[in-house]
Amino acid sequence: MSDASKEWPLWEVFVRGKGGLSHRHVGSVHAADAKMAVEHARDTYTRRMEGVSLWVLPSAQITSSDPGDAAALFEPAEDKVYRHPTFYKIPDGITHI
Amino acid sequence: MYTTDMSGSKKAEAVAEDPAKVAAFEARVANDEFIEPKDWMPEAYRKTLVRQMSQHAHSEIVGMLPEGNWITRAPNLRRKAILLAKVQDEAGHGLYLYSAAETLGTSRDEMTEALLSGKAKYSTIFNYPTLTWADIGAIGWLVDGAAIMNQVPLQRTSYGPYARAMVRICKEESFHQRQGYEIMMHLAAGTDAQKRMAQDALNRWWWPSLMMFGPPDDKSPNTEQSMRWRIKRDTNDDLRQKFVDITVPQAEAIGLTVPDDKLKWNEERGAYDFGDVDWEEFYAVVKGEGPVAKERMQARVKAWEDGAWVRDAARVHAEKRAAAKLAAE
Repeated sequence: MSDASKEWPLWEVFVRGKGGLSHRHVGSVHAADAKMAVEHARDTYTRRMEGVSLWVLPSAQITSSDPGDAAALFEPAEDKVYRHPTFYKIPDGITHI
Repeated sequence: MYTTDMSGSKKAEAVAEDPAKVAAFEARVANDEFIEPKDWMPEAYRKTLVRQMSQHAHSEIVGMLPEGNWITRAPNLRRKAILLAKVQDEAGHGLYLYSAAETLGTSRDEMTEALLSGKAKYSTIFNYPTLTWADIGAIGWLVDGAAIMNQVPLQRTSYGPYARAMVRICKEESFHQRQGYEIMMHLAAGTDAQKRMAQDALNRWWWPSLMMFGPPDDKSPNTEQSMRWRIKRDTNDDLRQKFVDITVPQAEAIGLTVPDDKLKWNEERGAYDFGDVDWEEFYAVVKGEGPVAKERMQARVKAWEDGAWVRDAARVHAEKRAAAKLAAE
């Protein structure tokens, strides 16, 4: 029973809440194929009109960044405050900018 | 639904780990940061979470059985549609939680196997039978009510996927409690026989509901660590007291009597004093001596075994189609 190869693959589920919003990750389901994954995602994650569209993709297909690399990846942005509009001091009298 | 904390008398084992990593982890948690699946975490934290989350998921799944028992006999179509939706929600809750627990590196099949072999626990409450329709009311009102009390604080638990699952569950749980109370309200306002039925259900479900909060604080050795790790946010006794204080007036409002002759409002404490829970019974049910414990597990094992050919057929079919698609490319 614990033979991992006999388990249906895992799929990550993304739901678009309504038109105009992007799909957002909500959880995962097990399913034999993509069609079944959509059906399971529908039953599991949209019982109360939570969405108008679903994406599913095999969990094994996701490549994610390593938390250990977080500093190397994201910290360089910390000292680049000039990328934010608030970095620039504009005199009070100047408007629409 | 919710699980009872059944960590028992065993203290979690300590494993030798890099003290700097442990310190950094403890600091993050103390700072109310969320821990995500790929972050480093102490082995004991991972183990405790897998146990707590899978136990919680199992409780949702086994919890479908006592209520499923009444779907075909619901008194009218409205009640039947509601009960179907509620039982389906319980399945959904189990699935959110399994999916969150899987992010810790334990497979769904491993968890299922642990449940079916009796290794994993589930809430003791589901080992009591649902004898009358009023039990469906009492379960929604009391059992789901106790579950909400347990689960609301867990929306702020330190493990991200668990916290997010709890947010979804809490949103849905409130419907469960209100539909249960509504059933009780109608019965309590009905004929004498209906009122007796409601009172009888309250009598039978009251104490098991109080047991759902787990053993008293002085018998819950891992509470301190779990609270430090933010995987538990209130003590068992605090939640139990809160539940009693909130529920007693709800019973009084519909003319039902809580079956506890020691129950008394304590003006000084601003809370109810109440009688002692029968912990002998609790530990016996934890050990598998609940009135319908065997039936519950038999039903789960049967469902798992009867479904085996469907799981196999779907998997083989998908593999065949994938192979054919590959060959055609």
